[in-house]
Amino acid sequence: MRMGLKINGDDYAREVEPDLTLLSFLRDVLGLTGTKWGCLTGDCGACTVLVEGKPIVSCLQLACQVQGREVTTIEGLETSGGLDEVQAAFVSNGATQCGFCTPGMVMSVEALLRTNPAPDEAEIREALAGNLCRCTGYSKIVDAVLQAAAERHSSTGGSAADVS
Amino acid sequence: MPAVRASELQVVGRRIPKLDAPEKVTGQIAYADDLRMSGLLEGAILRSPHPHARILSIDVAAAERLPGVRAVIHAGNVQQGRFGYGNDNAPLKGDKVRFIGDEVAAVAAVDEEVAKRAIELIHVEYEVLPAVFDPYEALEDSSPSIHDELPDVSGNVSMRWDFDHGDVDAAADRAAVIVEGRYSAPQAAPAPIETHVVIASFTPSGHLTVWSPVHMVFMYRKALADVLGLDWRKITVIQPPVGGSFGGKIDIDTHDFIAVMLAKQARRPVRLAMSREEEFVGTRTRQPIHFRLRTGADAEGNLLFRDAEVVSDNGAYNAWGSHAMLVAMNTITSMYRVPNSRIRCAVVYTNKNYGGSVRGFGNPQATFAVEQQMEELADALGMDPMDLRLRNANQSGDVTPQGMEITSCGLSQCLDIVREQSGWDRRRGKMRDRHRGLGAAAYIHVGGGARIYGSDGCGAIVKVDESGQVTLISGSSELGQGSETALAMIVAEEMGVPIEAVHVVNSNTDIKPWDVGVHASRTTFVAGNAARMAAAAARDKILETAAELLDARASDLRIREGVVEVAEEPDRQIDFGRAVRRRLLREEGSVVMATAFYDPPTHHQDKEYRGNISAAYGFGAHVAEVEVDPGTGMVRLLNLWTAHDVGRAINPMSCEGQIEGGAAMGVGLALSEELVMFDGLIAAPNLHDYGLPTAVDVPRTVVNLVETVDPLGPFGAKGVGEGGIIPPPAAIANAIADATGIRPREYPMRPWKVKHWIDSEERSHVVAGKDSSGHG
Repeated sequence: MRMGLKINGDDYAREVEPDLTLLSFLRDVLGLTGTKWGCLTGDCGACTVLVEGKPIVSCLQLACQVQGREVTTIEGLETSGGLDEVQAAFVSNGATQCGFCTPGMVMSVEALLRTNPAPDEAEIREALAGNLCRCTGYSKIVDAVLQAAAERHSSTGGSAADVS
Repeated sequence: MPAVRASELQVVGRRIPKLDAPEKVTGQIAYADDLRMSGLLEGAILRSPHPHARILSIDVAAAERLPGVRAVIHAGNVQQGRFGYGNDNAPLKGDKVRFIGDEVAAVAAVDEEVAKRAIELIHVEYEVLPAVFDPYEALEDSSPSIHDELPDVSGNVSMRWDFDHGDVDAAADRAAVIVEGRYSAPQAAPAPIETHVVIASFTPSGHLTVWSPVHMVFMYRKALADVLGLDWRKITVIQPPVGGSFGGKIDIDTHDFIAVMLAKQARRPVRLAMSREEEFVGTRTRQPIHFRLRTGADAEGNLLFRDAEVVSDNGAYNAWGSHAMLVAMNTITSMYRVPNSRIRCAVVYTNKNYGGSVRGFGNPQATFAVEQQMEELADALGMDPMDLRLRNANQSGDVTPQGMEITSCGLSQCLDIVREQSGWDRRRGKMRDRHRGLGAAAYIHVGGGARIYGSDGCGAIVKVDESGQVTLISGSSELGQGSETALAMIVAEEMGVPIEAVHVVNSNTDIKPWDVGVHASRTTFVAGNAARMAAAAARDKILETAAELLDARASDLRIREGVVEVAEEPDRQIDFGRAVRRRLLREEGSVVMATAFYDPPTHHQDKEYRGNISAAYGFGAHVAEVEVDPGTGMVRLLNLWTAHDVGRAINPMSCEGQIEGGAAMGVGLALSEELVMFDGLIAAPNLHDYGLPTAVDVPRTVVNLVETVDPLGPFGAKGVGEGGIIPPPAAIANAIADATGIRPREYPMRPWKVKHWIDSEERSHVVAGKDSSGHG
């Protein structure tokens, strides 16, 4: 079947099989390999992308289900050639080790900060409970999210209440 | 090399982000499954559905006829040898299968779907044999013989690890208190988020390139050649970035051989990617180990002996797991000063997925037994467990019964720190009314390499090019743990250049010099010393030329931020690039490149398991605080305080990352992780049911880095990769005992087990002397 959608701001139209997952569409059809697969059962969260700003595990979503919608992947986060606040905070806090969970983890953080710009530690841990990391023990990831939230917050000059 | 004061260090000791982190947070970095190449076929493996069966026939005709299939292989149509300790394994099985998941046949096809359909078309006729899953049953005469083809194996015992030091029986006669108990560790999995993925490709002239996230690449290359009858001079192994290993990807595995055989038969590149289910079912695990341990002490609390009977349930074949007792033995004989020890250990075949080398390698299991018994013993003596530990703590200058020479040793300091931070003296034993408790555990682990081969060495090359850029070519590999960054920092420190000036190349066997591989927490120590030696030699070449250019003596020069200057007249200076160009761009010129090979001054163990196998030993201590819900048995880990003797923290942020990540794995082992099996079938081979900890399961770990500045470590550093995972199962068990009065005998300490223990009130078992804790 023919389907069209927007990925990272660009329009794509492709012929796809009805049973093709969004994950395979991104990786195998479009070559966007930044989105990882770790289980194909929705347990690890390494394939997390945003659909209309909401995090989903792309291994459990059919490509044809996102027809006409807007998808953001890890490749869509860089702003003017640099890292965005979340990515930069992951680097400076040591929140990535092997890095395999990182793209999915970063996407979940992006989604969290869109709905809750100033999360506390418990809220961060809850929001990331669907993204497994085997390397870090999570604390440095939590630190990175706290820092990214603070920086994004100060750069927009607003308060949590303004945005939420 | 001379000791260096922390105040003199420019790069070492700074919190420098991992060099590869920007590529990782953007998704740019390409792991094995992200590699794209022309004509790549997808492989699939047919695995045994039976735990033990004889293969009567294999019919692949229908699979071969399926359009899109390019190769179908089985033991009858490939050239393959045997591998594993005792040569007990083969890539594809022709005679028998010995566990559910054993490899029988494989297919390469144009895509994954065709490959999977072809696998379903292979017909195998089996004669199902009686199977054995319990290692104690496997030891009985009536048990099925799993390796009846091996004449040296009797009673399913594949190896023995027996050790004697002093006179345990005489020590037991003198002991004021003896505690004894059984302790069991389950089958667990390394479970990296990236599964195993291997790609194999032959050129038309027969040169093989393999892309594999393996981290003993030179051994891997040799094993490929030996087992498949290839010329190892025509094999290149490339290690793509590794999406986590924790030992699971250390060495060659059956699917690596299979991918190469498929590529050979199909004459096309082949990728073999393990599904998550295959990762649990068909790649290596942490094998269960069962201990029956006795520890005795005199009335003052001086340890007198340890006496252990151990059964290591290693599964169907002998991969690295058969050697986990090497490390477990160190802990039983040498954790604290123990004058007499006896170990009787059998490594036993069972019809289950078999053991590999998983982070900690036998040590979390042994520490679970040893450190629980320290607290049981203290309670029986009426002593504080921390006082008992400090009284018997290993100290610098000790030589343990196995001949381990303890040099730098921060064990007592680590114990003091976690004791203080946790409020141990005020709180332990005083929170039972609130169902809360504190428990401690310490560890000893190799921290300066581990000599298990003829060499424990690593090669390094440092090259300075005409732009002034420094490249370290290291024999060791990066697994995500941050060793690449630590090595670059060591080179930058030694040469006086900024960290940004150092590039690291470490992924291709055609380029990098030999190394044993990444294991045993050895990379910072061994590869770090090699890198430092090569860096010093390259720096001296730069200084020699700079002296010529600046018309000064080399001894009068100093290097700052990549610039060589005359110490007394800093205006007279040149940069690294200028010095290199001076050597290069002239008649009879030369490049600036230096090589080094560092092999620690250690010894292979003798036949009685004695020998100083490591040039340094790492120590640490944890205290866990738990709250136990007596109604449900649910254990909540409230706090984990840790202190680790890392020698010197080359990069404190990376050290913390290793300890926090290791501790999280240890918490997983303690509370949730287990490959639950029924008759050899892994019940739920997925990450959720396996019990991999999530962000809400692991509390924020307090990390203290204790710097003892090891005399042989690079800038004083010791290994830190495995320490974090070792104490948590024991510390959490001790905390549960403090909270409830029951004594955990096995992990994971899942709620239904804890509830059962509470209901049946199992307590410590004191067999001699005064009894202050009560029999259960």
